[in-house]
Amino acid sequence: MKQLTEIQTKALKDLICRIADDELILGHRNSEWTALVPILEEDIAFSSMAQDKIGHSLALYQLLNKLGEPDPDAIAFTRKEKDFKCCHLVEYPIGDYDFSLMRHFLFDKSEAIRFDLLSRSSFEDLANIAKKFRGELKYHTMHADTWLVQLGNATEESKARMQSALNQCFPLALGIFEPGEYDEVLSSENIFPGEKVLQGMWLDSIKIILDSANLSIPDIDTSDRSYGGRKGYHTEYLKPLLDEMTEVYSIDPNAEW
Amino acid sequence: MSIKSLDPRITREQLPDESDNNPIKELHQWQTYEVFHQSKKGDRHIHVGSLHAPNAEMAILLAKEQYARRYKCVNLWVVKTSDVFITDYDDEDMFEANQEKMYREAGGYKVMDRINKFKTEHKKN
Repeated sequence: MKQLTEIQTKALKDLICRIADDELILGHRNSEWTALVPILEEDIAFSSMAQDKIGHSLALYQLLNKLGEPDPDAIAFTRKEKDFKCCHLVEYPIGDYDFSLMRHFLFDKSEAIRFDLLSRSSFEDLANIAKKFRGELKYHTMHADTWLVQLGNATEESKARMQSALNQCFPLALGIFEPGEYDEVLSSENIFPGEKVLQGMWLDSIKIILDSANLSIPDIDTSDRSYGGRKGYHTEYLKPLLDEMTEVYSIDPNAEW
Repeated sequence: MSIKSLDPRITREQLPDESDNNPIKELHQWQTYEVFHQSKKGDRHIHVGSLHAPNAEMAILLAKEQYARRYKCVNLWVVKTSDVFITDYDDEDMFEANQEKMYREAGGYKVMDRINKFKTEHKKN
Protein backbone atom coordinates (compact mmCIF):
# COMPACT_ATOMS: atom_id res chain seq x y z
CA MET A 1 0.00 0.00 0.00
CA LYS A 2 1.20 3.48 -0.82
CA GLN A 3 1.87 6.20 1.76
CA LEU A 4 -1.19 6.66 3.97
CA THR A 5 -3.10 9.91 3.75
CA GLU A 6 -4.20 11.68 6.91
CA ILE A 7 -7.78 10.44 6.65
CA GLN A 8 -6.65 6.90 5.91
CA THR A 9 -4.40 6.91 8.98
CA LYS A 10 -7.28 8.18 11.10
CA ALA A 11 -9.60 5.52 9.71
CA LEU A 12 -7.06 2.78 10.29
CA LYS A 13 -6.34 3.86 13.85
CA ASP A 14 -10.05 3.96 14.63
CA LEU A 15 -10.57 0.47 13.22
CA ILE A 16 -7.56 -1.05 14.98
CA CYS A 17 -8.47 0.61 18.27
CA ARG A 18 -12.02 -0.77 18.14
CA ILE A 19 -10.82 -4.30 17.51
CA ALA A 20 -8.01 -4.16 20.06
CA ASP A 21 -10.20 -2.72 22.82
CA ASP A 22 -12.78 -5.46 22.30
CA GLU A 23 -10.02 -8.05 22.60
CA LEU A 24 -8.47 -6.51 25.71
CA ILE A 25 -11.71 -6.04 27.61
CA LEU A 26 -13.20 -9.42 26.72
CA GLY A 27 -9.85 -11.08 27.41
CA HIS A 28 -9.86 -9.48 30.84
CA ARG A 29 -13.49 -10.42 31.47
CA ASN A 30 -13.01 -14.04 30.43
CA SER A 31 -9.88 -14.31 32.58
CA GLU A 32 -12.14 -13.64 35.58
CA TRP A 33 -13.34 -17.21 35.11
CA THR A 34 -9.91 -18.67 35.85
CA ALA A 35 -10.27 -21.17 38.71
CA LEU A 36 -14.07 -20.74 38.73
CA VAL A 37 -15.21 -22.54 35.57
CA PRO A 38 -17.52 -25.43 36.49
CA ILE A 39 -15.17 -28.02 34.93
CA LEU A 40 -11.41 -28.20 35.38
CA GLU A 41 -10.65 -29.07 31.76
CA GLU A 42 -12.87 -26.24 30.52
CA ASP A 43 -11.23 -23.86 32.99
CA ILE A 44 -7.88 -24.46 31.29
CA ALA A 45 -9.36 -24.06 27.82
CA PHE A 46 -11.32 -20.90 28.61
CA SER A 47 -8.42 -19.26 30.46
CA SER A 48 -6.08 -20.08 27.62
CA MET A 49 -8.41 -18.46 25.10
CA ALA A 50 -8.69 -15.38 27.33
CA GLN A 51 -4.90 -15.10 27.18
CA ASP A 52 -5.04 -15.44 23.40
CA LYS A 53 -7.34 -12.41 23.33
CA ILE A 54 -4.90 -10.33 25.35
CA GLY A 55 -2.25 -11.44 22.85
CA HIS A 56 -4.40 -10.23 19.94
CA SER A 57 -4.86 -6.87 21.62
CA LEU A 58 -1.11 -6.55 22.20
CA ALA A 59 -0.33 -7.17 18.52
CA LEU A 60 -2.89 -4.54 17.51
CA TYR A 61 -1.72 -1.98 20.08
CA GLN A 62 1.83 -2.50 18.75
CA LEU A 63 0.52 -1.64 15.31
CA LEU A 64 -1.14 1.49 16.70
CA ASN A 65 2.20 2.37 18.25
CA LYS A 66 3.80 2.01 14.81
CA LEU A 67 1.18 4.44 13.48
CA GLY A 68 2.24 7.05 16.02
CA GLU A 69 0.28 6.21 19.17
CA PRO A 70 1.92 5.63 22.59
CA ASP A 71 3.36 2.23 23.56
CA PRO A 72 0.95 -0.68 24.12
CA ASP A 73 1.04 -0.53 27.93
CA ALA A 74 0.24 3.16 27.91
CA ILE A 75 -2.64 2.63 25.47
CA ALA A 76 -4.07 -0.22 27.52
CA PHE A 77 -3.56 1.15 31.01
CA THR A 78 -3.65 4.95 30.91
CA ARG A 79 -6.60 5.90 28.73
CA LYS A 80 -9.80 7.23 30.20
CA GLU A 81 -13.04 5.30 29.89
CA LYS A 82 -14.36 7.59 27.14
CA ASP A 83 -11.27 6.91 25.01
CA PHE A 84 -12.04 3.20 24.82
CA LYS A 85 -13.86 2.07 21.70
CA CYS A 86 -15.00 -1.37 22.80
CA CYS A 87 -18.61 -2.48 22.26
CA HIS A 88 -21.01 -3.02 25.17
CA LEU A 89 -21.10 -6.79 24.76
CA VAL A 90 -17.54 -7.22 26.06
CA GLU A 91 -18.08 -4.93 29.05
CA TYR A 92 -20.80 -6.93 30.79
CA PRO A 93 -19.86 -8.89 33.93
CA ILE A 94 -19.25 -12.60 33.40
CA GLY A 95 -22.66 -13.63 34.79
CA ASP A 96 -23.33 -17.35 34.80
CA TYR A 97 -21.35 -19.62 32.53
CA ASP A 98 -24.21 -19.77 30.02
CA PHE A 99 -23.94 -16.01 29.50
CA SER A 100 -20.16 -16.10 29.14
CA LEU A 101 -20.29 -19.03 26.72
CA MET A 102 -22.93 -17.35 24.57
CA ARG A 103 -20.95 -14.10 24.52
CA HIS A 104 -17.83 -16.09 23.61
CA PHE A 105 -19.73 -17.73 20.76
CA LEU A 106 -21.26 -14.54 19.36
CA PHE A 107 -18.10 -12.48 19.72
CA ASP A 108 -15.60 -15.01 18.46
CA LYS A 109 -17.70 -15.77 15.40
CA SER A 110 -17.52 -12.10 14.48
CA GLU A 111 -13.84 -11.98 15.34
CA ALA A 112 -12.98 -14.98 13.15
CA ILE A 113 -14.83 -13.51 10.14
CA ARG A 114 -13.37 -10.06 10.77
CA PHE A 115 -9.82 -11.43 10.86
CA ASP A 116 -10.49 -13.47 7.76
CA LEU A 117 -11.59 -10.30 5.94
CA LEU A 118 -8.61 -8.41 7.33
CA SER A 119 -6.20 -11.09 6.12
CA ARG A 120 -6.95 -9.77 2.65
CA SER A 121 -6.59 -6.11 3.69
CA SER A 122 -4.60 -3.75 1.50
CA PHE A 123 -2.87 -2.58 4.69
CA GLU A 124 -0.26 -5.29 4.90
CA ASP A 125 0.66 -4.96 8.58
CA LEU A 126 -2.94 -5.56 9.55
CA ALA A 127 -3.29 -8.45 7.09
CA ASN A 128 -0.22 -10.10 8.62
CA ILE A 129 -1.61 -9.87 12.14
CA ALA A 130 -4.92 -11.31 10.95
CA LYS A 131 -3.16 -14.25 9.30
CA LYS A 132 -1.06 -14.91 12.37
CA PHE A 133 -4.08 -15.58 14.60
CA ARG A 134 -6.06 -17.69 12.13
CA GLY A 135 -5.27 -20.98 13.88
CA GLU A 136 -6.15 -19.67 17.33
CA LEU A 137 -9.47 -18.35 16.11
CA LYS A 138 -10.26 -21.61 14.41
CA TYR A 139 -10.01 -23.35 17.76
CA HIS A 140 -11.98 -20.60 19.55
CA THR A 141 -14.93 -20.92 17.19
CA MET A 142 -14.73 -24.71 17.17
CA HIS A 143 -14.84 -24.59 20.97
CA ALA A 144 -17.82 -22.25 21.00
CA ASP A 145 -19.71 -24.15 18.28
CA THR A 146 -19.24 -27.50 20.00
CA TRP A 147 -20.47 -26.22 23.37
CA LEU A 148 -23.47 -24.51 21.81
CA VAL A 149 -24.59 -27.61 19.95
CA GLN A 150 -24.01 -29.80 23.01
CA LEU A 151 -25.92 -27.60 25.43
CA GLY A 152 -28.68 -26.73 22.99
CA ASN A 153 -29.42 -30.43 22.58
CA ALA A 154 -28.82 -31.65 26.12
CA THR A 155 -31.43 -31.11 28.84
CA GLU A 156 -34.44 -28.87 29.12
CA GLU A 157 -32.55 -26.70 31.59
CA SER A 158 -29.43 -26.32 29.45
CA LYS A 159 -31.53 -25.46 26.40
CA ALA A 160 -33.58 -22.88 28.32
CA ARG A 161 -30.49 -21.29 29.78
CA MET A 162 -28.72 -21.03 26.42
CA GLN A 163 -31.82 -19.53 24.80
CA SER A 164 -32.15 -16.96 27.54
CA ALA A 165 -28.44 -16.14 27.29
CA LEU A 166 -28.86 -15.71 23.54
CA ASN A 167 -31.83 -13.38 24.04
CA GLN A 168 -29.77 -11.26 26.41
CA CYS A 169 -26.58 -11.25 24.33
CA PHE A 170 -28.04 -10.73 20.88
CA PRO A 171 -28.87 -6.99 21.04
CA LEU A 172 -25.53 -6.42 22.76
CA ALA A 173 -23.74 -8.38 20.04
CA LEU A 174 -25.33 -6.20 17.36
CA GLY A 175 -23.33 -3.38 18.96
CA ILE A 176 -20.17 -5.02 17.63
CA PHE A 177 -21.25 -3.79 14.19
CA GLU A 178 -22.03 -0.18 15.12
CA PRO A 179 -21.35 1.84 11.96
CA GLY A 180 -18.08 3.73 12.10
CA GLU A 181 -17.23 7.24 10.97
CA TYR A 182 -14.69 5.93 8.46
CA ASP A 183 -16.44 2.86 7.06
CA GLU A 184 -16.47 4.34 3.56
CA VAL A 185 -12.77 5.18 3.52
CA LEU A 186 -11.91 1.74 4.85
CA SER A 187 -13.93 -0.04 2.24
CA SER A 188 -12.96 2.13 -0.75
CA GLU A 189 -9.28 1.67 0.11
CA ASN A 190 -9.81 -2.09 0.49
CA ILE A 191 -8.61 -1.95 4.07
CA PHE A 192 -11.78 -3.46 5.51
CA PRO A 193 -15.16 -4.00 3.80
CA GLY A 194 -17.05 -2.45 6.72
CA GLU A 195 -19.20 -3.42 9.69
CA LYS A 196 -22.35 -3.89 7.62
CA VAL A 197 -20.74 -6.54 5.43
CA LEU A 198 -19.30 -8.22 8.52
CA GLN A 199 -22.68 -8.26 10.26
CA GLY A 200 -24.32 -9.95 7.28
CA MET A 201 -21.67 -12.67 7.16
CA TRP A 202 -21.85 -13.07 10.94
CA LEU A 203 -25.62 -13.56 10.89
CA ASP A 204 -25.30 -16.30 8.26
CA SER A 205 -22.58 -18.02 10.20
CA ILE A 206 -24.22 -17.98 13.66
CA LYS A 207 -27.48 -19.16 12.13
CA ILE A 208 -25.95 -22.47 11.02
CA ILE A 209 -24.78 -23.29 14.55
CA LEU A 210 -27.85 -21.91 16.34
CA ASP A 211 -30.03 -24.05 14.08
CA SER A 212 -28.07 -27.17 14.99
CA ALA A 213 -28.34 -26.13 18.62
CA ASN A 214 -32.11 -25.75 18.25
CA LEU A 215 -31.97 -22.18 19.49
CA SER A 216 -33.94 -19.41 17.85
CA ILE A 217 -32.34 -16.12 16.86
CA PRO A 218 -34.21 -13.08 18.15
CA ASP A 219 -35.71 -10.84 15.48
CA ILE A 220 -32.99 -8.44 14.37
CA ASP A 221 -35.44 -5.71 13.34
CA THR A 222 -37.07 -5.48 16.75
CA SER A 223 -33.79 -5.86 18.65
CA ASP A 224 -32.60 -2.77 20.48
CA ARG A 225 -29.04 -2.57 19.15
CA SER A 226 -26.58 -1.64 21.84
CA TYR A 227 -24.71 1.16 20.08
CA GLY A 228 -22.46 3.82 21.57
CA GLY A 229 -19.39 1.89 22.64
CA ARG A 230 -17.46 2.70 19.46
CA LYS A 231 -17.96 6.40 20.18
CA GLY A 232 -16.87 6.23 23.82
CA TYR A 233 -20.29 5.87 25.49
CA HIS A 234 -20.05 2.83 27.72
CA THR A 235 -22.08 0.77 30.14
CA GLU A 236 -21.70 1.24 33.88
CA TYR A 237 -19.56 -1.93 33.93
CA LEU A 238 -16.51 -0.65 32.04
CA LYS A 239 -15.24 1.84 34.62
CA PRO A 240 -14.91 -0.67 37.51
CA LEU A 241 -13.20 -3.11 35.14
CA LEU A 242 -10.67 -0.48 34.06
CA ASP A 243 -10.03 0.51 37.68
CA GLU A 244 -9.25 -3.07 38.55
CA MET A 245 -7.22 -3.77 35.43
CA THR A 246 -5.03 -0.70 35.86
CA GLU A 247 -4.68 -0.92 39.64
CA VAL A 248 -1.17 -2.38 39.71
CA TYR A 249 0.09 -0.40 36.72
CA SER A 250 -1.06 2.86 38.27
CA ILE A 251 0.97 2.33 41.45
CA ASP A 252 4.15 2.86 39.45
CA PRO A 253 3.70 3.38 35.71
CA ASN A 254 7.48 3.44 35.19
CA ALA A 255 8.20 0.15 36.94
CA GLU A 256 10.33 -2.33 35.01
CA TRP A 257 8.77 -5.79 34.84
CA MET B 1 -23.04 -33.27 65.21
CA SER B 2 -20.89 -30.30 64.29
CA ILE B 3 -17.96 -30.27 61.91
CA LYS B 4 -14.63 -31.26 63.43
CA SER B 5 -11.94 -29.74 61.30
CA LEU B 6 -8.15 -29.66 61.43
CA ASP B 7 -8.63 -25.92 61.29
CA PRO B 8 -9.64 -24.85 64.84
CA ARG B 9 -11.43 -21.77 63.52
CA ILE B 10 -13.90 -23.98 61.67
CA THR B 11 -14.39 -26.31 64.64
CA ARG B 12 -15.10 -23.30 66.90
CA GLU B 13 -17.93 -22.21 64.61
CA GLN B 14 -19.80 -25.42 65.51
CA LEU B 15 -21.22 -25.76 62.01
CA PRO B 16 -23.69 -28.57 61.50
CA ASP B 17 -22.12 -31.57 59.78
CA GLU B 18 -24.27 -32.19 56.72
CA SER B 19 -21.74 -34.21 54.82
CA ASP B 20 -23.95 -37.31 54.76
CA ASN B 21 -26.91 -35.41 53.36
CA ASN B 22 -25.27 -34.92 49.99
CA PRO B 23 -24.21 -38.30 48.71
CA ILE B 24 -22.39 -38.16 45.40
CA LYS B 25 -24.89 -38.86 42.69
CA GLU B 26 -24.28 -41.07 39.74
CA LEU B 27 -22.70 -39.23 36.81
CA HIS B 28 -21.37 -36.66 39.21
CA GLN B 29 -18.20 -36.96 37.17
CA TRP B 30 -17.98 -37.49 33.46
CA GLN B 31 -16.19 -40.55 32.16
CA THR B 32 -12.51 -40.28 31.38
CA TYR B 33 -10.80 -40.36 28.01
CA GLU B 34 -7.17 -41.19 27.32
CA VAL B 35 -5.35 -38.69 25.15
CA PHE B 36 -2.69 -39.48 22.56
CA HIS B 37 -0.57 -36.82 20.99
CA GLN B 38 1.37 -36.86 17.72
CA SER B 39 4.13 -34.31 17.32
CA LYS B 40 4.97 -34.97 13.67
CA LYS B 41 3.03 -36.53 10.81
CA GLY B 42 4.08 -40.16 10.57
CA ASP B 43 5.33 -40.32 14.16
CA ARG B 44 3.60 -42.65 16.56
CA HIS B 45 0.94 -41.20 18.85
CA ILE B 46 2.12 -41.02 22.43
CA HIS B 47 -0.12 -41.29 25.47
CA VAL B 48 0.02 -37.99 27.33
CA GLY B 49 -2.70 -38.28 29.96
CA SER B 50 -6.42 -38.41 30.53
CA LEU B 51 -9.33 -36.04 31.04
CA HIS B 52 -13.03 -35.93 31.84
CA ALA B 53 -15.52 -35.39 29.04
CA PRO B 54 -19.15 -36.27 28.29
CA ASN B 55 -18.35 -37.62 24.79
CA ALA B 56 -15.54 -38.02 22.29
CA GLU B 57 -16.21 -34.72 20.54
CA MET B 58 -15.91 -32.77 23.77
CA ALA B 59 -12.89 -34.83 24.75
CA ILE B 60 -11.03 -33.75 21.61
CA LEU B 61 -12.04 -30.15 22.24
CA LEU B 62 -10.76 -30.15 25.81
CA ALA B 63 -7.68 -32.24 25.02
CA LYS B 64 -6.45 -29.62 22.59
CA GLU B 65 -5.91 -27.00 25.30
CA GLN B 66 -5.05 -29.57 27.94
CA TYR B 67 -2.32 -31.46 26.14
CA ALA B 68 -1.46 -29.67 22.91
CA ARG B 69 -1.18 -26.12 24.11
CA ARG B 70 2.55 -25.87 24.68
CA TYR B 71 4.28 -28.40 22.45
CA LYS B 72 4.04 -28.93 18.74
CA CYS B 73 1.14 -31.20 17.87
CA VAL B 74 -0.27 -32.18 14.49
CA ASN B 75 -2.87 -34.73 15.55
CA LEU B 76 -4.77 -35.93 18.61
CA TRP B 77 -6.48 -39.20 19.47
CA VAL B 78 -8.91 -39.70 22.31
CA VAL B 79 -10.07 -43.10 23.49
CA LYS B 80 -12.65 -43.86 26.14
CA THR B 81 -10.70 -45.21 29.13
CA SER B 82 -13.26 -47.98 29.56
CA ASP B 83 -12.56 -49.12 25.99
CA VAL B 84 -8.92 -49.82 26.77
CA PHE B 85 -8.36 -53.51 27.47
CA ILE B 86 -5.86 -53.86 30.28
CA THR B 87 -3.79 -56.50 32.03
CA ASP B 88 -4.27 -57.15 35.71
CA TYR B 89 -1.58 -56.05 38.14
CA ASP B 90 -1.93 -59.50 39.71
CA ASP B 91 -0.37 -60.81 36.51
CA GLU B 92 2.58 -58.47 36.79
CA ASP B 93 4.89 -61.45 37.27
CA MET B 94 4.39 -62.54 33.68
CA PHE B 95 6.52 -59.60 32.60
CA GLU B 96 9.41 -60.64 34.83
CA ALA B 97 12.46 -61.25 32.72
CA ASN B 98 14.32 -64.52 32.96
CA GLN B 99 17.94 -63.64 33.59
CA GLU B 100 19.31 -66.76 31.88
CA LYS B 101 18.56 -66.23 28.23
CA MET B 102 21.79 -67.34 26.68
CA TYR B 103 19.87 -69.88 24.66
CA ARG B 104 18.00 -67.03 22.95
CA GLU B 105 21.02 -64.98 22.10
CA ALA B 106 23.11 -65.51 18.99
CA GLY B 107 26.21 -65.55 21.15
CA GLY B 108 25.03 -68.80 22.66
CA TYR B 109 25.33 -70.80 19.46
CA LYS B 110 28.26 -73.04 18.66
CA VAL B 111 28.71 -71.28 15.34
CA MET B 112 30.00 -68.23 17.23
CA ASP B 113 33.21 -70.11 18.00
CA ARG B 114 33.86 -70.51 14.29
CA ILE B 115 32.92 -66.92 13.53
CA ASN B 116 35.20 -65.59 16.24
CA LYS B 117 38.00 -67.86 15.04
CA PHE B 118 37.58 -66.54 11.50
CA LYS B 119 37.57 -62.95 12.78
CA THR B 120 40.77 -63.42 14.72
CA GLU B 121 42.50 -65.00 11.77
CA HIS B 122 41.26 -62.32 9.46
CA LYS B 123 42.53 -59.59 11.75
CA LYS B 124 46.06 -61.02 11.68
CA ASN B 125 46.15 -60.71 7.91
